[in-house]
This record gives sequence, C-alpha cells and structure tokens, in this order.
Amino acid sequence: MLKVNNIEVVYNDVILVLRGVTLAVEPRQIVALLGANGAGKSTTLKAISGLLRTQQGEVTRGNIEFDGQRLDRQAPDDIVRQGIVQVLEGRPLFQHLTVEENLRSGALFRRDGAAVLREDLERVYNYFPRLRDFRQRTSGYLSGGEQQMVVIGRALMSRPKLMLLDEPSLGLAPMLVQNIFDIIRRINRESGVSILLVEQNAHVALQTADYAYVMENGRVVLDGPAATLAQNADIKEFYLGLTAVGERKSYRDVKHYKRRKRWLG
Amino acid sequence: MNWQLVPQQFVTGVLNGGIIAIIALGIVLIYRSSEVFNFSHGQLVMLGAFLTWWFAGANEDGKEIFNLPLWAAIPLAIAVMAGLGLVIERLALRPMTGQPLLAIILMTLGLAQFLEGATAIVFGIEPKNNFPSPFSPSDVITIPFPGAFNDAIILKQALLATFVVAIVAALLFMLFFQYTRTGLAMRATSADHELARSVGINVPRIFGLSWGIAGVIATLGGVLLATLTGVEVLNLPNLPNLRMINASYGERSHLWLH
Ligand SMILES: Nc1ncnc2c1ncn2[C@@H]1O[C@H](COP(=O)(O)OP(=O)(O)O)[C@@H](O)[C@H]1O
Ligand SMILES: [Mg+2]
Repeated sequence: MLKVNNIEVVYNDVILVLRGVTLAVEPRQIVALLGANGAGKSTTLKAISGLLRTQQGEVTRGNIEFDGQRLDRQAPDDIVRQGIVQVLEGRPLFQHLTVEENLRSGALFRRDGAAVLREDLERVYNYFPRLRDFRQRTSGYLSGGEQQMVVIGRALMSRPKLMLLDEPSLGLAPMLVQNIFDIIRRINRESGVSILLVEQNAHVALQTADYAYVMENGRVVLDGPAATLAQNADIKEFYLGLTAVGERKSYRDVKHYKRRKRWLG
Repeated sequence: MNWQLVPQQFVTGVLNGGIIAIIALGIVLIYRSSEVFNFSHGQLVMLGAFLTWWFAGANEDGKEIFNLPLWAAIPLAIAVMAGLGLVIERLALRPMTGQPLLAIILMTLGLAQFLEGATAIVFGIEPKNNFPSPFSPSDVITIPFPGAFNDAIILKQALLATFVVAIVAALLFMLFFQYTRTGLAMRATSADHELARSVGINVPRIFGLSWGIAGVIATLGGVLLATLTGVEVLNLPNLPNLRMINASYGERSHLWLH
C-alpha cells in the first residue's frame, strides 16, 4: 500500500538527513519505526505526508508511492485527501479551540454533510469517551494524555487509510501509554486503518506492531517482524534495556552499550 | 476646555469607533491568518468607496458608464473588491511565499503606493463631495441632555446609521468565524500553519480567502466612511492615525480570531 523507495532527504538544499530509506506498509498493518533521537524518523514521516516542504526539506532521490500514486511531489492537503494523515510529534493542538473544534478541524477538507460528520465524531467519542465530556473545553488546558487523545481523534476525523503517528508515548505515564496503545490497536483492528508508528519506546512499539524497522543516522539498519526483532539480542540490549535473563539493566550498563550502537549497522 | 462639549464629543467619538473597528477588522484578518501586516488596507478602503461612487454614476459629468442605485452599487463594488483581494494575494503575495516577512510587508507598502496612484489616475485627485449618501448633513436627531452645550446632544443620522451597520457587520463576521467550516479553517490556520496543513487544510487558499474577505470589509468601511466625509484620493488612506490604531489593535486582537 505504502512504498518508500530508497529516498534521500535534504534540508535547506545542503543538510543531507535521509541517506536511502526504504520501507513498506501493507493494508491493515501496524509498522513500527524505531531509532535514537536524530536518526531521521520524523523526517521520514514528513517526507510521506508532504510536510517536509513547510520546513524547506526536499526528497532529492528515490520516490514514495501510495496505492500506485506518486506522493513525493504532492502538497500536504492533497496527500491527506488520499487517506494519509500525520499526527505530529509533541501532540500539537489548536490550543485556543475547543476539543470538538479540534476534532472537526480534521475533517474540514471533506465535503460530507453535517450528519456524516456527527457520526464520525461519535466514532471518536466511542474510542475516547472522556473527550465527550470535555468537548466544549478549550483544548490547551487538557492533560498530556487527553491531548494525545484529541490529536489521534482529529486524525481519525479525516477517515484515513494510513495514520502516521510520531512518538505518541512521549512524556506520558506508563499507564497512559498502555491505554493509548490499546486504542491504537483497536483503531487498527476495528476501523482497518494501517499505522506507521514512530517510537523511542521500543518495548511498547514492538508489542503493538506487526513489522518493524530500525533507523540509525538516516538509514534503515535492521528490519523484520516485530516479534523477531523483540528477540534480537542487540535490540534487547540497546533499545529494550534487557539483559539475557530478562532483567532491566541499569542506566550505566545501557550507556555502555551505546558505544556498540554503530555495530547494529 | 469647555466641559459642556464633553457629552457631545464622547458620543460622537464612540460612534466613530464603529467604523474604525470595521476597517481594522480587515487588517486583523490578514495579520492573524498570515502574519502579514497589510499596509495597503487603507487604499483598499479608498478604492472600495471610489468604486461604489463610480458604479452609482455620481460623477454627473454626462459620461457615466454606470448609473446604479446605491443598493446595487454597494454589492457590486464589494464583489469587485473581493475579486481584487484574491487577485492581489495570488499575484503579489503568493509568489513571495518563503521570503522573509519583511519583504512581504514591504510588498504591501508598494501595493499601497500602486493602488493610490492608479486610483488618482483613473478617478482624479479632486475631492468627491457628491457621494450618493442616503443622508443629508441636516438629518439629525436631537437628544435632550441637560448640562451639555445647548442642553442637547446632536446625532447625525448618517453617523448613527454607519455605527449600527458597522456593529452588525462585525457581529456577522464573528458568527462566520465561530460557526462556519471556513471560519474554523481560518481560525485553525491563524493558530498554526504547519498544523493546519497536517490536518489537510489548504493553507494558501485560506490566505487568498482572507484577502478576499478583507476586500469586502474594506469596501464596507469605505462606503460607511464616504457617507460621512465624501471620497478623496489623498484623504481616505491617510485617516488620522488609522494605521497606528490598527497596528496596536492587530497586536491585541487574539480574541477576535481564536
Ligand atoms: N527543519 C530542519 N532543518 C534542518 N535540519 C533538520 C530539520 N529537521 C530535522 N533536522 C535534522 O535532521 C536529523 C533528523 O531529525 P528527525 O527526523 O527529527 O529525527 P528523529 O525524529 O529520528 O529524532 C537531525 O539531525 C535534525 O537535526
Ligand atoms: Mg522525531
């Protein structure tokens, strides 16, 4: 369904950030994209959603295909129209708008009537019942977890075929992270939405995903079924912070393995 | 200072505020959606008034092309100015996307000069005191006010009417921003361009639209103003301090559009 073919991305005409990234997402799949800070995960998502342009970035080599259509020359709003929506890192909201206005903003490009939109809002409120009570609240005052619900709900309002989620767990308490990922799985199963998930929390990402890619320095260095990667010794040690016997390692030990990071390539 | 004049001055001042508010709304609209301070808004106000005057056939030199009643001349001028707003955005502003903000703002200054010059060439620089106002200067309402000068406050009907129209128009725009999809798209865009793009809003189209609506608002303000003062190339764009008022008003306008 989505094919990213060996793309190279350059910012401001000089800064080479992606050096040949290839990945694929099949219908109804959840695919995780893992990697350390600065590896180029967000850049990969923005190349797909077309938002690269607003940051003076450009795909200079390779191409991106979605259902047989070339994406890498299209404007972001056209890409949303084709069924790909990106949930940006840091769960940005239209802070002065209410929760419901935020949700509705995700469907503004659609031509559907009020009744259809009402139904879609109901679908979002069914996934996130708490938002129903907060619908008239100014979204900027919500807690981090609630804000994450709003941005995922807003993305759902576009009726996507593929959702690009950028670090949904960032800064959330572990319980909330579980909660959010449960809902991501439900959305995938019940609404048939494919998901490309960027995470630093490799543990929960590998639990959730069917397939995973590991990025380092603008390249994909490892990929495979999520279950297989979760068993991979290096992934375990470096990303999951587990030793062979399955205990959580201390920060000092993990730091030691950071030096081995390059070895993954 | 003659304290007896204060009640009259106060009331007149408040009523004048209605027009200034409606004119400022056009500047605020563009400023909030695209961060561009539009220095040519005063010229758009002037041009809107001139077009209305022209469509109403008011030059009375026997060479009028149009001779419409005022109720038809105003909507026609509004439509033309909305189109002009769209064209200006498309031809002058959009090609500058990605340029430094200062360059874009300077472009609006250039635009101001251009519109002023073009209007002077087409319509002449002599003042037009024959704007087809439905009111005559002697239409006044006298409200008894003991202690004021002559124990009364005198309201020009024209001023009162422009105030009411300005308030109603401002309310309508508020409703538009609050309750329509396009209004929501404009508020979302004004909050965050990248985020607006990420949810599928066509941000360049919203910029175009805000220029189109600014053209509508400018014409409305121009007509209201011309009803009171007539039209003149040199006067309307340079309403005393209007630019300054708008500048500070624009900065504090977050409540208007969010
Ligand atoms: N707009 C930009 N302009 C220039 N460089 C950028 C820009 N955005 C990201 N980068 C650089 O690209 C690299 C990858 O960034 P990013 O894709 O955000 O990584 P990740 O999401 O994996 O943390 C980093 O070195 C970052 O500094
Ligand atoms: Mg990132």
